[in-house]
Amino acid sequence: MLKDITLGQYFPGSSIIHRMDPRIKLILLFCFITALLMANHALTYAGVLLFLALAVAVSRIKPKALFKGMRPMLFIVIFTAVLNIFYTPGEPLVSFWVFNIAAEGIERAVFMALRLTMLISATFMLTYTTSPIFLSDALARLMSPLAKLKIPVHEFAMMMTIALRFIPTIIEETDKIMSAQKARGADFETGNLFRRAKALIPLLVPLFVGAFRRADDLAVAMECRCYHGGEGRTRMKQLHMTAEDAAVLTGGLLLLSGLTVLGRLGWFIP
Amino acid sequence: MLEAKQITYIYGQGTPFEKTALDGADFSVSAGEFAGVIGHTGSGKSTLIQHLNGLLKPHGGKVLLEGRDIWEKGGKMRDVRFLVGLVFQYPEYQLFEETVEKDVAFGPKAMGLSEAEISERVREAMEFVGLDAGIKEKSPFDLSGGQKRRAAIAGVIAMRPKVLVLDEPTAGLDPSGRQEILSHISEYRKQTGAAVVLVTHSMEDIARTVDSLTVLSRSKTVLRGTLDEVFQCRETLTKIGLDVPTVTRVLLRLRSLGMDVDARAYTPEAAIGAIRAVGQC
Repeated sequence: MLKDITLGQYFPGSSIIHRMDPRIKLILLFCFITALLMANHALTYAGVLLFLALAVAVSRIKPKALFKGMRPMLFIVIFTAVLNIFYTPGEPLVSFWVFNIAAEGIERAVFMALRLTMLISATFMLTYTTSPIFLSDALARLMSPLAKLKIPVHEFAMMMTIALRFIPTIIEETDKIMSAQKARGADFETGNLFRRAKALIPLLVPLFVGAFRRADDLAVAMECRCYHGGEGRTRMKQLHMTAEDAAVLTGGLLLLSGLTVLGRLGWFIP
Repeated sequence: MLEAKQITYIYGQGTPFEKTALDGADFSVSAGEFAGVIGHTGSGKSTLIQHLNGLLKPHGGKVLLEGRDIWEKGGKMRDVRFLVGLVFQYPEYQLFEETVEKDVAFGPKAMGLSEAEISERVREAMEFVGLDAGIKEKSPFDLSGGQKRRAAIAGVIAMRPKVLVLDEPTAGLDPSGRQEILSHISEYRKQTGAAVVLVTHSMEDIARTVDSLTVLSRSKTVLRGTLDEVFQCRETLTKIGLDVPTVTRVLLRLRSLGMDVDARAYTPEAAIGAIRAVGQC
């Protein structure tokens, strides 16, 4: 059950997308989301979808893995779609009691579902192909101008790195404690909501105690290595932009900004 | 009593992180026996014992408890877990209740026993692991490391399992702490007649306590038998990076130097006896 959590997971690989400078991936993701949110016509949607499909194909990430990661969000997607079906005003196609279903509603629902699905998949594409360390490094670099405004960028990046780094560790620990309590007859799977919530106590207490112990140990270990925050820190692995990166960035930016403009001026398309 | 046949288990099946942890491993323990499982880190010991009480479902092979497949339809897995008590590595990290007493009572409570029966079992279990009855009102988080470990072991003993499985119960303890835990476990076995399975990578712990031994290496069972039988195969043991206990190595060396000493002693006490016996003739 816990093994199905793919949030923030990284699948190592050697495709162009894996090798790409993480900063570029972040910028392209940002532009992609902008283009996606601006799109309001079937053609612009198709363009955005094509861009995403191309990225997935090049990365050699199995579409199955993408869908698997999406499963927990499926509820939100369906919920949004259903809301849109019922709440869009228009000429009713079907109507019963207080509900009216209009053709516009169905259209909106399809587009909303598509939009959310693409949004989630694109984000997953980033985390699937980028190791957490590189990702937070890239974020820190992109946000570094904010340090001039006295925002502790480095500290935030460090916090994020640590959080991402410990997700698998905590999942593993949860698994272990669950097994240990199951061996003592704990039952996490049956009973009503209240009983199930209560059954979580033997899991959550040791998990919290363990997390604090770990945090303590980590703090001591960082202290021992004279860690003192961002000032004057250099990196072991520098991020370098290659010609390949620049080409992908230019191409991607052109395509996405084109799509964004088209989306904005969507009414030019007959 | 409990038998694992040709167990195969693969972690992360179908992902890029796939790893075979067990590849047709065998293990068995009969009623009242003290069985040992030894192997290096990563040899599959911990994976194997999680099959014994049905925490993991084997991808191949069978686990038989008193002749019945524990994965047979209609069987209740929780009952299996009460019969086969499993103490994990570093069990002190599973403590969660407000008092030691409540924590030890978690298992018996899950079994649905009466209040009187539960408190009797808690008292008995704490006695078996050598915990003073005075600390039962204390928070388990206020105990010392060794006490925490023993409280956690008591939590499993309180279910009165027919087979008690312990994964590295002495890891991270000093020699006297190790000795104490092992002797409590031996005592428990003698008094209740339960079978005990001790999983470890320490030859010394094994030599001191067990009757029979299963040696795991690289996901497979390589040797099985009594201590004498297994230690006869010293070549196989050294090949997989294990060896006979240190005292036995000393005796073997003495033999190769021409001293007619019996090299089948695996504990320091027995070795002293063996050397004395030579001196007397």
